[in-house]
Amino acid sequence: MSEAPSVVLVTGVSRFLGGHLAARLAADPSIERVLGVDTTPPSREMRRRMGRAEFVRVDIRNPLIGKVISTAKVDTVVHASLSGNPGASGGRSMMMEMNVIGTMQLLAACQRSETVRRLVVKSTSAVYGASRRDPATFTETTEPKAIPPGGYAKDAVEIEGYVRSFSRRRPDIPVTTLRFVNLIGPRIDTSFVRYFSLPVVPVVLGYDARVQLLHEEDAVAVLERAAAQDLPGVFNVGGAGVLMLSQAIRRAGRLSLPIPQPAVPLVGRFTRRARLVDFSPEQMRLLNFGRVVDTTKLRTEFGFTPRWTTVQAFDDFVAGRNLRPVIDPATWGKAQDAALAVARALPSRA
Amino acid sequence: MPEARVIPLRQDGGGPRQRSRPAPRRASRPGVGSLQERTAAARGLGGGTDEVTDAGQTLDAPAGELAALPTPGPTELEARVAEVGEFLQRRLTGRYTVDDFGFDRDLTEHVVMPLLRPLYEKWFRVETIGTENVPLSGGALLVANHSGTLPLDALMTTVAAHDDLPVPRHLRMLAADLVFGLPGVGAAARKAGHTLACNADAEALLSAGELVGVWPEGFKGIGKDFADRYKLQRFGRGGFVSAALRCGVPIIPCSIVGAEEIYPKIADLGAVARLLGVPYFPITPTWPLLGPLGLVPLPSKWYIEFGEPIHTESYEPGAADDPMLVFNLTDQVRENIQQTLYRLLAGRRNAFLG
Repeated sequence: MSEAPSVVLVTGVSRFLGGHLAARLAADPSIERVLGVDTTPPSREMRRRMGRAEFVRVDIRNPLIGKVISTAKVDTVVHASLSGNPGASGGRSMMMEMNVIGTMQLLAACQRSETVRRLVVKSTSAVYGASRRDPATFTETTEPKAIPPGGYAKDAVEIEGYVRSFSRRRPDIPVTTLRFVNLIGPRIDTSFVRYFSLPVVPVVLGYDARVQLLHEEDAVAVLERAAAQDLPGVFNVGGAGVLMLSQAIRRAGRLSLPIPQPAVPLVGRFTRRARLVDFSPEQMRLLNFGRVVDTTKLRTEFGFTPRWTTVQAFDDFVAGRNLRPVIDPATWGKAQDAALAVARALPSRA
Repeated sequence: MPEARVIPLRQDGGGPRQRSRPAPRRASRPGVGSLQERTAAARGLGGGTDEVTDAGQTLDAPAGELAALPTPGPTELEARVAEVGEFLQRRLTGRYTVDDFGFDRDLTEHVVMPLLRPLYEKWFRVETIGTENVPLSGGALLVANHSGTLPLDALMTTVAAHDDLPVPRHLRMLAADLVFGLPGVGAAARKAGHTLACNADAEALLSAGELVGVWPEGFKGIGKDFADRYKLQRFGRGGFVSAALRCGVPIIPCSIVGAEEIYPKIADLGAVARLLGVPYFPITPTWPLLGPLGLVPLPSKWYIEFGEPIHTESYEPGAADDPMLVFNLTDQVRENIQQTLYRLLAGRRNAFLG
């Protein structure tokens, strides 16, 4: 069986996923050292949570990362810094730099290292794209019909390419690639979360996407499991079940604003300028067609079943964020009572 | 609980439905009997005395309720209002479930089916034959001929599978990618339980025990000229057969008569079609001559016959990868449907009266 990790390096610790993973690993006494790296230091609250985990302020695009790995004798690397949130990463081109160049540099360091014996990479289900010609559910082997045109999804496709060539060069290091669906929860901050927090949610007129979500806690738990044992391969990670976009908006008590397809980029630019939501064109396509992944391999081969279904995760997000419905659901009940009263008052049709 | 929900909504369509429902059952065995019945129905269109007594009998049975009608009247209205209110509340607060394919059972049963039902019962007066050939549970692949310029035949088959089987089943259709790219239509198709025609989706649905419908002629079939009516086109590449073989589910040939006459396509404007990005742009006697009025389908009389299932579970596991076997089975299904079409056509005297 695979060896338990003793020195773990986690990238992207100032973000939700990396930070919480580092905290979980630090709480495990069998792990000797937990190193967290990022370009910006984690928040005070996150640092407290991380406990004995050490923070190293280093840019993974810098060869210095190789030195960190070799001096600390890191044996497990969890690359959790892939981000689809340009706002938090300092713009789109910066995000791409961090994602792609950072991964290349990190993989180069791992390839050189003699101590690294396990690599976990956080990827995204965005690599499947979203188009009308796609099957209803994607398995790990489904070929994307429409290669994502740019942005985050293209970064992820390129990163997975580099990871594959890395495992060709270092077949002795088992690599776990985790393709996450959109994360949601009461604490995480993503563009998807901000989108649902808008009081009036723009949607594409005439389209209703199927949305699959993963609870933030499940995401951390999956990464933790992948870091603890050798589970090589590519796995889709998502909660069970599906919400329709319109249904999710109604569940959150928001109002939807249908926008005709040609005006969608315009509205996207507006919400970005207004610093409401920064949606990449790829994510907008997702709002047209939706994306659902098959998680059979995760449950059987990887041995993990998410605790929250998509619907439960979404409800937890709504409850945890204290999203107040724009229209009180009790109004509908009152309207029904009024209609019933009218029906009773009507003369009986004998 | 679903019983209680469904019954009141159907109430206003209840009369004619109760009359039309026994008819297909009696006609379930194609042969002399059903033909006589059909000609009888054609002669006295509107059913004549026979139908009136039929309805009288069904009303006679609960005589007690008839006497007490004045009091339950308003409560029935109240029940309907309550039910519609509940439905709207459920919709507005998002308290319903959809499956991985986006199938919204709540919406399909309460909105889609009631919308299609008048077309099915009153306009096309669809008669189903051989409903006993459709398994009541478990996966099965329904293969049908395609016609009519717009896929009304597919929609009517979903109503047939829901209303005329002893146990209502939701037919999950496999549709072309064009459908899912159209705004409005694509979303509606997903909600009604339909998905893209590809092996991955077909096998996922079949192995989940769903009744899957496929129209393998595709655009060649639905967009053929009126002169070629009831001539089956090539049956795709046999992908549907390999999906059924892989899942070991029976193939049910389904022959639809009447759909060819709804929009008789007499010409095709290829240039306009290319401009719009659609496979054909039909010219019918009424479209585009009469404008939107040309979209009203002609009221042809329809027959939907479910044929004897072709069982696939006896083939060995690798059978789906044997192209010769797949081609042979495809031909067998195609022949079966073509012969049934000829037989049904021979028994039909008039496209509009049956």
